[in-house]
Amino acid sequence: MNYDPTDIALALGKIAVVLAVVMTLAAYLVLIERKLLGRIQDRYGPNRVGPFGLLQPLADAIKLLTKEDFRLPGADKWLFYLAPAMASIPAIMIFAVIPFGPPTTLFGRQVEMQVVDLNVGLLLFIAFSSIAVYGVALGGWASNSKFALLGSIRGLAQLISYEIPMGLSLVPVVMLARSFQLSEIVTAQEGCWFIVYQPLAFVIFFISIIAECKRTPFDLPEAEGELVAGFHTEYSGMRFGLFFVGEYVNLIVLGGLAATFFLGGWHGPWLPPVIWFLIKVMASACVFIWIRGTMPRLRYDQLMHFGWKVLTPLALVNILATGWFLMLKG
Amino acid sequence: MSIVADIKAILIGMWTTWKHIFRRPVTIQYPEVKRIPSPRYRARIVLTRDPDGGERCVACYLCSAACPVDCISMQSAEMENGRRYASWFRINFSRCIYCGLCAEACPTMAIQMTPDYEICNRDIMNLVYEKENLLIDGCGKSPDYNFYRHAGIGVAQPRGAGREETPPVDVRSLMP
Repeated sequence: MNYDPTDIALALGKIAVVLAVVMTLAAYLVLIERKLLGRIQDRYGPNRVGPFGLLQPLADAIKLLTKEDFRLPGADKWLFYLAPAMASIPAIMIFAVIPFGPPTTLFGRQVEMQVVDLNVGLLLFIAFSSIAVYGVALGGWASNSKFALLGSIRGLAQLISYEIPMGLSLVPVVMLARSFQLSEIVTAQEGCWFIVYQPLAFVIFFISIIAECKRTPFDLPEAEGELVAGFHTEYSGMRFGLFFVGEYVNLIVLGGLAATFFLGGWHGPWLPPVIWFLIKVMASACVFIWIRGTMPRLRYDQLMHFGWKVLTPLALVNILATGWFLMLKG
Repeated sequence: MSIVADIKAILIGMWTTWKHIFRRPVTIQYPEVKRIPSPRYRARIVLTRDPDGGERCVACYLCSAACPVDCISMQSAEMENGRRYASWFRINFSRCIYCGLCAEACPTMAIQMTPDYEICNRDIMNLVYEKENLLIDGCGKSPDYNFYRHAGIGVAQPRGAGREETPPVDVRSLMP
């Protein structure tokens, strides 16, 4: 068990780089969303703070940090403090297993372009997204408020019911790549992206991750304008900021996973692989924002009906069809 | 099949929003770009003067009576030549609703609305305008109306020599 100091330094370096990039990208994704949503609605997004509004995330961070920190009287203190962390930390941690480039040679050794190359990376991702559900549930419960509780109950039910089609739509991917390891799934897409072989699985996965991110049309848990602010009603200042940033990190991470499983990961013609990966992630994020600007919100029973009675059977039929096809091909 | 129609509806919606991304936004970037209001736009109130240079306001209290929120107050006084004027005249612009009823009520076309809407202030007491803030040196929207040229009392001209008046008849010329 002797670790080379270079190995440790490389690991810490990767963690630092990934954390910095993801947090900055999440902050600027908030700005991109506001501007893109503004353009869809025939108006400019924020453009006062810096040139083209580029310092807006900084202004938002300063504003959130200087707000009053509520201590709710009836709230469960530790759960109240823990909930934002539980909602956002698992989202950031999923990024540990996503490969954003082919293994390169640095300092004379092979370095994989992911923080950790687990051989069950896919299961880790599903496990982490289940932990993030706790943040929603605890946030609403610990707030000791009616609307927050309603929002968190709906959020809880929505998140666990959309994890099922999400997991099921990934089973054909595993069948095609013959491995749970994310880097092997990406290298298996060298010839042809899996979206060509599994368009239905891609659609099911995409819809499920929109529901997992609690975005429109599945954003009833945080329903701005219906449940006040849903499960994060009673949060202010940086706690709300943590929920908010966690949601956008979730967006980036799940976009990255969509790119990894179906869009060929970091494969691409003549640009460096990391750039291709970023392009695919940002393209997924922009499609999420585009859908948010287009569609109205689904009612809660419509949401549950869609998840259980439409997506899950479709995913199961897809698995059957893929298995049958693979067996026929030999 | 309804599913095909629904998917088509979603895709058409997404195509519409996609088109809107590339349109020019309709926002007017105030304060770099300002809309020019029309000349009859009712914003800041002014007190105007005659073409002959005197103040038009005769402190008749009609604008104060017409005001629905009671934001105008004044005190009348009279000069030696019989001309009335306002010794002080105050409009509280934080109360004013810019309805223009005072301008409609004024018999001398003294009080008028201008399209100057940028009068906001950080201190609300600075929004109470006194006569020296309201009086302007021009004639406003009515460049050749002098109330006293039409009125019967002898301020700008002797009695009987006004614009719509005929001079008094010399009774001795009526004798047979």
